Amino acid sequence: MIADPFREGIAAGWKTIDAATLDSDLRLEADVVVVGSGAGGGVTAEILAHAGLAVVIVEEGPLKSSADFRMREREAYPQLYQESAGRQTRDKAVTILQGRCVGGSTTVNWTSSFRTPPTTLAHWRAVHGIQGMGEADLAPWFARMEERLSIAPWPVPPNENNDILRRGCEKLGIAAAAIRRNVKGCWNLGYCGMGCPTNAKQSMLVTTIPAALAKGAVLVHRARLERLVASGDRIVEAQARGVAGSGSPPGVHRVRLVARHFVLAAGAIGSPAVLMRSALPDPGELVGRRTFLHPTVVSAALMPAPVKGYEGAPQTIYSDHFLDAVPVDGPVGFKLEAPPLHPILAGITLPGHGAGHAKWMKEFANLQVVIALLRDGFHPDSPGGRVRLRDDGSPELDYPIGAFLQDGIRRAYLAMAEIQFAAGASTVMPLHEDAAPVAGWPAAKAAIAGLSMVPLHPRVVSAHVMGGCPMGPDPRHALVDERGRHHHIANLSVHDGSVFPTSIGANPQLSIYAQAARMASELAAGLSPRSRA
Amino acid sequence: MLTRRQFLKVGLASGAVLAGAGWLALRQGRAPAPGFQWLDKRAAAIVAALVPVVLEDALPADGPARKEAVKEVVQAFDRAVSGLSPAVQEEIAQLFALLGLAAGRFIVAGVRSAWHEATPDEVHAFLRRWRTSRFGLLRAGCQALTQLLLAAWYGNPASWERIGYPGPPALDGRRG
Repeated sequence: MIADPFREGIAAGWKTIDAATLDSDLRLEADVVVVGSGAGGGVTAEILAHAGLAVVIVEEGPLKSSADFRMREREAYPQLYQESAGRQTRDKAVTILQGRCVGGSTTVNWTSSFRTPPTTLAHWRAVHGIQGMGEADLAPWFARMEERLSIAPWPVPPNENNDILRRGCEKLGIAAAAIRRNVKGCWNLGYCGMGCPTNAKQSMLVTTIPAALAKGAVLVHRARLERLVASGDRIVEAQARGVAGSGSPPGVHRVRLVARHFVLAAGAIGSPAVLMRSALPDPGELVGRRTFLHPTVVSAALMPAPVKGYEGAPQTIYSDHFLDAVPVDGPVGFKLEAPPLHPILAGITLPGHGAGHAKWMKEFANLQVVIALLRDGFHPDSPGGRVRLRDDGSPELDYPIGAFLQDGIRRAYLAMAEIQFAAGASTVMPLHEDAAPVAGWPAAKAAIAGLSMVPLHPRVVSAHVMGGCPMGPDPRHALVDERGRHHHIANLSVHDGSVFPTSIGANPQLSIYAQAARMASELAAGLSPRSRA
Repeated sequence: MLTRRQFLKVGLASGAVLAGAGWLALRQGRAPAPGFQWLDKRAAAIVAALVPVVLEDALPADGPARKEAVKEVVQAFDRAVSGLSPAVQEEIAQLFALLGLAAGRFIVAGVRSAWHEATPDEVHAFLRRWRTSRFGLLRAGCQALTQLLLAAWYGNPASWERIGYPGPPALDGRRG
């Protein structure tokens, strides 16, 4: 029998409040209010609660747990993702997969765990002036979070979708390796993206948040943080309202949260949105700018034998060959991985409609898919996007894909097709509105060279939103310092992927865990109950 | 391919129709048709006209099963739109307001017949034109409509047998 940690925990006295069902206003006091319960908020809440501080966690999404996870896309996407997994950039050219639930994206991610690449850290030091964040400085924080979340090599052979990536790379003499995963007793089902039904994935939902709740933290879910209220250089109160779902208007009852310190961990679209709605000081005009996505393009291949990309752990093999082949600040590099395949995601990502589309879907079981994640933000021609507020206060990311990234998209299509043919694909098709399936590498090469790069022609997706509240020592170029403390507000920190000055160049969850652990530990030391006035 | 002159004409007309549709959508307000959370009568008719073209032979071939599948796709489309953010729901409402106006349907979508009488060929041609249109707005409109329909169908277990997907493994009985 699989126990549901939340059903048991709540029975044992954990304090959780569903703000969408409030029948009156609510006021809570704490030492620290943590906004968001994903990678940054979860780690922060556990460390602060463990230090004896009273913590309130505010989460916009619902509290769903293993008993609710039924591995069905049509239930999981509306329940667990921002805008039903259909969040898009302003021109609709990029679809963003981002969690909207307790545990944030960690509840729905595909478990890929990488330390921040040394090239990224070196670039931050050289170009963004970030001190004390070398490989050796961060190693203890990575080690700590790897232990906490059972991040380890995955001993099970890769599923066929991933093994094809491995075999194709091997044939071409391209380095590929196994991805470490944050799992404990994984059943190798392949449904990580719909919430882990067996609690094997060591997401925030089953690790840090239960630990914080066991230490007395309060979780307020289905509560959207509207604004932080400042007085002088301090935040005095956070104001939220209940909200039932992505598509629902906010409820009438207000939630007021009073605390000594506030930590924003609402993700790289949510955190800038809170800061903008609160009209906090931003003299460098930095908030919401330089937002990065690892824009990701997709190549599908037809294999002679069944691939069954829906079965078995997703993303267990990767190649950094095309990241390492270029200077970090040169033409854009990309990381290759092999995602899970499920009918809705495949259906909406394969281009076209009608008979042509249906023909590809009919081959669903023999479909192999490789994705290329572009390392954005390291070159002057890759300034990222910008989060803006719509009239109703909701955030929207404007992320134009210019010539610099278009060149990378074309090179990525070529690299993926060559690997897929080397692994024995009969037909390859870049997922692009104008692409036709092609048989053989020479024909594919010619076809890809001719593809249009007009926005919305290449299918572009993203599961990694970063930047928008950059960290660094200089308030002219950074919103928060290297401890995550806001340069202009005394009792406000940002602990999530929005502090990164560029993209990571690898799946970012472990980078966020380690930074949040480092920042929260320092914050806890400064706020410890003993030093309270 | 449109000539530059035609392109400008279509562009200007589209702009005028779009502005009109946005204004109309705002003025008319929207009332969901009976049985729907979001789709009004006009939008439901447009979706029903799109389903057989976008999903074509992905749907069951025979009469009653096909009819039931079409009905379920329209309903799932309705649920899917209700789950989008209010701002995006508003954009989709404007898209339907545009397509629902005779002028919008004719000038911008190029469909001569009323939606419930439009032939599959007319609807195909409309989607193809928008998919590769020079206007980002029309490309995005085509993708929004087709992706919502594809998600509505492939989320339905009735679609899985044809694509050889066995569905998620059964864990029931092992849950606490």
